[in-house]
Amino acid sequence: MFAFIISRLLQALPVMLVVSFISFAMFAYVGDPVAIMLGQDFTEEQRQALIRQLGLDQPFFVQFGTFLGNAVQGNFGISYRLSRPVAELIVERAPATLELAFTAAFLALAVGVPMGVYTGLYRNSWLSKFFLTFSLIGVSLPTFLIGILLILVFAVWLGWLPSFGRGEVVNIAGWTSGFFTWGGLKALVLPAVTLGLFQLTLIMRLVRAEMLEVLRTDYIKFARARGLPNRAVHFGHALKNTLVPVITIAGLQLGAIIAFAIVTETVFQWPGMGLLFIQSVGAADIPVMAAYLMLIALVFVVINLVVDLLYYAVDPRLRIGKSGGH
Amino acid sequence: MNSLLEVRNLRVEFPTRRGTLVALDDVSFAIEPGEVLGVVGESGAGKSMTGAAIIGLLEPPGRIAGGQILLEGRRIDNLPYEEMRRIRGRHIGAIFQDPLTTLNPLYTIGRQLVETITTHLPLNPAQARERAIEWLELVGIPAARDRIDAYPHQFSGGMRQRVVIALALCAEPKLIVADEPTTALDVSIQAQVIALLKRLAREKGTAMMLVTHDMGVIAETADRVAVMYAGRVAEIGPVREVVKHAKHPYSSGLMASIPPLDRRVDKLAAIDGSMPRLSAIPQGCAYNPRCPQVMERCRQQRPDLLPAGETRAACWLYAHD
Repeated sequence: MFAFIISRLLQALPVMLVVSFISFAMFAYVGDPVAIMLGQDFTEEQRQALIRQLGLDQPFFVQFGTFLGNAVQGNFGISYRLSRPVAELIVERAPATLELAFTAAFLALAVGVPMGVYTGLYRNSWLSKFFLTFSLIGVSLPTFLIGILLILVFAVWLGWLPSFGRGEVVNIAGWTSGFFTWGGLKALVLPAVTLGLFQLTLIMRLVRAEMLEVLRTDYIKFARARGLPNRAVHFGHALKNTLVPVITIAGLQLGAIIAFAIVTETVFQWPGMGLLFIQSVGAADIPVMAAYLMLIALVFVVINLVVDLLYYAVDPRLRIGKSGGH
Repeated sequence: MNSLLEVRNLRVEFPTRRGTLVALDDVSFAIEPGEVLGVVGESGAGKSMTGAAIIGLLEPPGRIAGGQILLEGRRIDNLPYEEMRRIRGRHIGAIFQDPLTTLNPLYTIGRQLVETITTHLPLNPAQARERAIEWLELVGIPAARDRIDAYPHQFSGGMRQRVVIALALCAEPKLIVADEPTTALDVSIQAQVIALLKRLAREKGTAMMLVTHDMGVIAETADRVAVMYAGRVAEIGPVREVVKHAKHPYSSGLMASIPPLDRRVDKLAAIDGSMPRLSAIPQGCAYNPRCPQVMERCRQQRPDLLPAGETRAACWLYAHD
């Protein structure tokens, strides 16, 4: 098991190298950082000094090496726009995005899986048909539209929930959390629903399709023939066999939620990494964009590792070495 | 005295968009306690369908449209799902064809045995586990105590079918519906599994409905045999009689198509034509287009099971009117 984790981490290294190379190339070739940082009024000496200071007079691979060395230490340079260290900005914004993403993912799983099981078991009930129609809406409506509609209904018309921001947050050892105040929780509802709705319908449809598949198998028929109660057949035997694909998709979708919360964060002015990223794009703030790119790559690598480990937990056929077979 | 199982005029229909298909029509037979009834016939003759109807697990939209199924004199074909569930496993066990797909791959065989035992018998999990180990020993799993926590994929096909047999028998049902229990196994393993089934059924006094298209298995194992054709029983009687002196032309054709072992044959005997599709069962006797002894009456009227020597055959040859 330990060897497996190590080997997977080693496999992730090339991925991270390529991504950091792209990030670095962005630095080197998108715009002229010197011109951006100096502004309009400068002397040639100041320009040369800045070039030396940024190491831009060094050969390409030396620059890349320096960039990598800094990145490993969590040093992604200074934001052009805000003139603050990029790492600091990201650490500051990360809690907002992570809380939003995990709430959305939790919502998608906690509602999507039961709905998928239900629609798989009772294919012809009117409630299943309603869920399926509803899921079509969730799959086909774009996120920004859902967000705006929710704001219109729940913030403007009904006035129940705030339309933007995080509400009150509590600072726990540098981690700002909206989970512990009423205002923070209220502010979380609309963005989390907006972000999670697509994932919810996706997971529901996936679980439904897998359930229909599994319910046709011989081992489900045999479980019924053994006289097991429906609950054991459906949730013990059938649901567990649908989990491998569901874990795969849910994992990738969690990555997607974290990485692409951009639209939702923009609609709700949610002070997270996505909003930081979109503002940085507007200002050609390349250090922030590069750091964000690498961070998201890292998130995907970690999630994939966790997904692989979960496979092992779910499916005994993947565990090697513990066999006692003939 | 009631038979253990009695099937009376069973009719199973599949409603489809293009009309209703009759999968089983007027199927009647009985199984006595401890008796092994072999059920043979071509693919699609309704053998497995009969088994599925008895355990109450017809694939929808299939449904019992007529007749009765009685277990020890009590009707079980019209029970609510929950009551029928309590009968499955406890009173009627089932064994399926392919042991590679019958066991849930994600659970240990021990867990699957224990859940079956605790569902039906008043044992706590520790007692159920001991019982499970005893059953694994009974079905001939070596080192059962060590293997009980193994997963299905750690066993060979033959071993898995032994586990399936243990699962079907572990709540000690009085009847086992075994649907082609050896078809998916290696020939060398088939004999072992059949011998095991036969031995356990005899020791436990369990009756068995053995569905197969392997006449060798039937001849060796069954007490009586029912020959099915196009969803109907063509002939039913003691196995020796049906194998040696089949009365129904279809049964004799079937028996004649078993290649002899004692002499060389160049060409295998076969029955001309093929079984009709369910949507095109001919009027009268379903076998009449293929029957070498067909008479005018066979094309008009459907024969019931008529006494024919020691067996009963659904054939006008045995009509005495």
